[in-house]
Amino acid sequence: MNSPITDVSRRSLLTGTGALIVSFSLAPSASAQAPAAVPDPTANPLTMKVHGSLSVDPYLDSWIKIDASGSVTIFSGKAELGQGISTALLQVAADELGLPMDRLTLVTADTGRTVNEGYTSGSHSMQDSGTAIRIAAAQMRDLLIASAARQLNVPVCELVVSNGTIATKDGTSVAYGALVGTTDLHVQAQPVSNFREQTALKYMNSSVPRLDIPAKVTGGAAYIQDMRLPGMLHARVVRPPSYKAVLKSLDTAAIEKMPGVVKVVRDGRFLAVVAKREFQAIKAMRALAAAAQWSETASLPDQTNLPAFVQASAAKDYKILDQHKESNPGVTRLEARFTRPYQAHGAIGPSCALAQMDKGVVTVWTHTQGVYPDRAAIAGMLRVPPAQVRCIHVPGSGCYGHNGADDAAGDAALIAVAMPGTPIRLQWMREQEHAWEPFGPAMVTEARAALDSTGKIVDWNYSVWSNTHSMRPGGPGALLAAQHMEKSIAPPPPAPLPLPEGGGDRNALPIYAFPNADVMHHFLPDMPVRVSAMRGLGAYMNVFTIESFMDELAHAAKIDPVAFRLAHLDDPRAIDCVKLAADKFGWDKRAKSANGRGTGFAFARYKNLAAYCAIAMEIEIEAETGAIRILRAVAAVDAGQAVNPDGIRNQIEGAILQSASWTLFENVSFDDTRISSIDWSTYPIMRFNSVPMQVDVHVINRPGTPFLGAGEAGQGPTAAVLANAIADATGQRLRELPLTPAKLKGAFRI
Amino acid sequence: MMKLNVNGADHSIEADPDTPLLYVLRDDLQMNAAKYGCGLGQCGACTVIVDGEAIFSCITPLMLLEGRKVTTLEGLGTIAKPSPIQQAFMEEQAAQCGYCIAGMMMRAQALLDRNPKPTDDDIRQTLQPHLCRCGTHMRILKAVHRAAELMQSAGKAAPKGAI
Ligand code: FES
Ligand code: FES
Repeated sequence: MNSPITDVSRRSLLTGTGALIVSFSLAPSASAQAPAAVPDPTANPLTMKVHGSLSVDPYLDSWIKIDASGSVTIFSGKAELGQGISTALLQVAADELGLPMDRLTLVTADTGRTVNEGYTSGSHSMQDSGTAIRIAAAQMRDLLIASAARQLNVPVCELVVSNGTIATKDGTSVAYGALVGTTDLHVQAQPVSNFREQTALKYMNSSVPRLDIPAKVTGGAAYIQDMRLPGMLHARVVRPPSYKAVLKSLDTAAIEKMPGVVKVVRDGRFLAVVAKREFQAIKAMRALAAAAQWSETASLPDQTNLPAFVQASAAKDYKILDQHKESNPGVTRLEARFTRPYQAHGAIGPSCALAQMDKGVVTVWTHTQGVYPDRAAIAGMLRVPPAQVRCIHVPGSGCYGHNGADDAAGDAALIAVAMPGTPIRLQWMREQEHAWEPFGPAMVTEARAALDSTGKIVDWNYSVWSNTHSMRPGGPGALLAAQHMEKSIAPPPPAPLPLPEGGGDRNALPIYAFPNADVMHHFLPDMPVRVSAMRGLGAYMNVFTIESFMDELAHAAKIDPVAFRLAHLDDPRAIDCVKLAADKFGWDKRAKSANGRGTGFAFARYKNLAAYCAIAMEIEIEAETGAIRILRAVAAVDAGQAVNPDGIRNQIEGAILQSASWTLFENVSFDDTRISSIDWSTYPIMRFNSVPMQVDVHVINRPGTPFLGAGEAGQGPTAAVLANAIADATGQRLRELPLTPAKLKGAFRI
Repeated sequence: MMKLNVNGADHSIEADPDTPLLYVLRDDLQMNAAKYGCGLGQCGACTVIVDGEAIFSCITPLMLLEGRKVTTLEGLGTIAKPSPIQQAFMEEQAAQCGYCIAGMMMRAQALLDRNPKPTDDDIRQTLQPHLCRCGTHMRILKAVHRAAELMQSAGKAAPKGAI
């Protein structure tokens, strides 16, 4: 089975090269890019920390392939999610290979072609894949130079590389393509690489325009939603009205006779229609939904008292920090509780997938964040070996974590199996995305601290209550289709994600130096509401809490909040980041709060190991309505070596606006049985009337240091900076998310 | 069979008259720019211009469009020959995932066509019906301002009456 044409045109479109990629065979053994067996870990000197995903697959030619014509293809197991990763990865590869970017083609996340790099999540793409590709490119370049030296009979030090050609001083040269036949590139990476001098870099450290944007602003095919396979039919699913609803009766006869309808698929309580035209599928879906009779069970918690429900849930307790040192006695004690509701990813484009079963193999085109785990889940659901499923990533609408993408892929696969040979395009409706996506979990935190007489924190006590933050596949039971089919598969039991990255406890460990600190993670296995990974995981809530509480403590100590933070930080990069944001904002010269105007500050290092992000903000609150207007946000971010500074700025700007939307407006609503926030009127998010007047992001570039993921670094600080600015403007501390104008209005009127 | 004029070309369309324009553009005419976001007139992803007005194509049935002129993002320009607004969105790198962008651009284009020098407030108010989940708003605003500038300079370059 061959790669469809659509795939080829999409890739060349994304890379902007127009180069054609040869079609390929599904048989892994036939492909040089087939993931190698994981070597004996004791023999593998490569680590994730230093060598990125080369520690998963150390073979250079799993990452980069140069053919005899000199064309170069880069393979990454990470996916373009709208974060600009495809451009940044090619910048890295082009610089280390000494090639112009337009000579490179990128292939991403495809179980038939790329290394298993797990999920594209957690701001890991540059750290894992970028690092691997950089090392592979540098070492491949050196191997080619060594081979050229032999061929030209000159010492290596006399050779220079430019534009994929290796030349001697007297001008004799040989191109990469001419060397690949005699150079063994199927070799494992060495622990140490010879990177190019920073001054020789042409693409890294510079804001190369994103390669995917031209198509996106001219109506090119850029998304899975734009894929069209020959003979493709349109499918829609009908989901139960609530999580536990049981299908009592259904007569499909009338629906089967509707215009354009080709098939009604029914497998347990998994229902779908397939039609010739898309709008015919939608009409049939509506008729099918109306025909289905369900019996429902009330299974959802009382929304009016959600924090109490969260704290009363059965918990597995993990003490994640227990540290005691000599200190001054505490003289001032503070404590506070913070809460977060369920919140939605809310992709603008509902989830979509294409699938086709051909000669016993199901190919699924999906905007999943993890093609390999998704393949395993789909194969498990279909009860076939993984080799009979192939998952190919195609970009979708931004996802911000585990949304409906994997479920839609499962849906499409199940429908495709019912119609062998026919390509199926399955698109979720808005209401389905809103009601069925796995949400970011509701959370509660409690913080207590003691200040000594000098205003230093001497004791810190912190607890977080949360469900898991990842129910990604996983097993097949992670997929809705597998849960709903006749031979239903239950979701796997949830597990806490391990530290140092953590899940509900992500960023629960304070970055500040406190002599005494204990931190408790109350992990809640029961999940009455479907939840999973949402951008930042627990870091959003934990940073909101810690940075709100730090402000309360600074206030109690009568110390400026920025100075207070600096007094408790000992990481020089953290200090630089805080100072830069304060300086660019003009923190010391800021106006005193008056007439509903206020300023705030917040800082975090994402996961305490990725990018640093500090934000200062000025807001204004309208007296009559309580509406919050962000006048100015100034951020500083240190993401290590900044491959594409404008890409980082774009990510942080986006994080600030998205997190402001979560923080000011968002709350999944439900009654005792059904999710009731099912569209943009029942789940309002930020619109242009709440968009900040100004946002500035300053990137601290640290050439020569490791890439630090930046994609989620702004989520937590934004939530806290808003709460802090509101407190400054009104004297009212809001601790319950979302910080809605309605809550504020009452508070502000007093 | 219905006649539909899209980007200056006439098409005969076989879809049912109640089919929303969005599906006609995407499926019958295989166009990509107008996107399905909600189908409810709540997000703006499907926005196109009909006789100078920005409309939600997801809730505008085909039968209302006989004899009217539909313009989509594809009709403004191409990668090789981008229109001022397309040029501006590229210059400002005004996209993250970009899913919302085509709709934003069409409503902004309709604004610029009737008001070539919009204020920041005009642009914000005009784009109020549109959602962007990636938080690209600041760049979208910059790009629309930039488009206005580019249109001005293009207008100056071309003598009056010239096309
Ligand atoms: S898709 Fe038309 S307004 Fe959302
Ligand atoms: S750029 Fe992704 S929704 Fe706007």
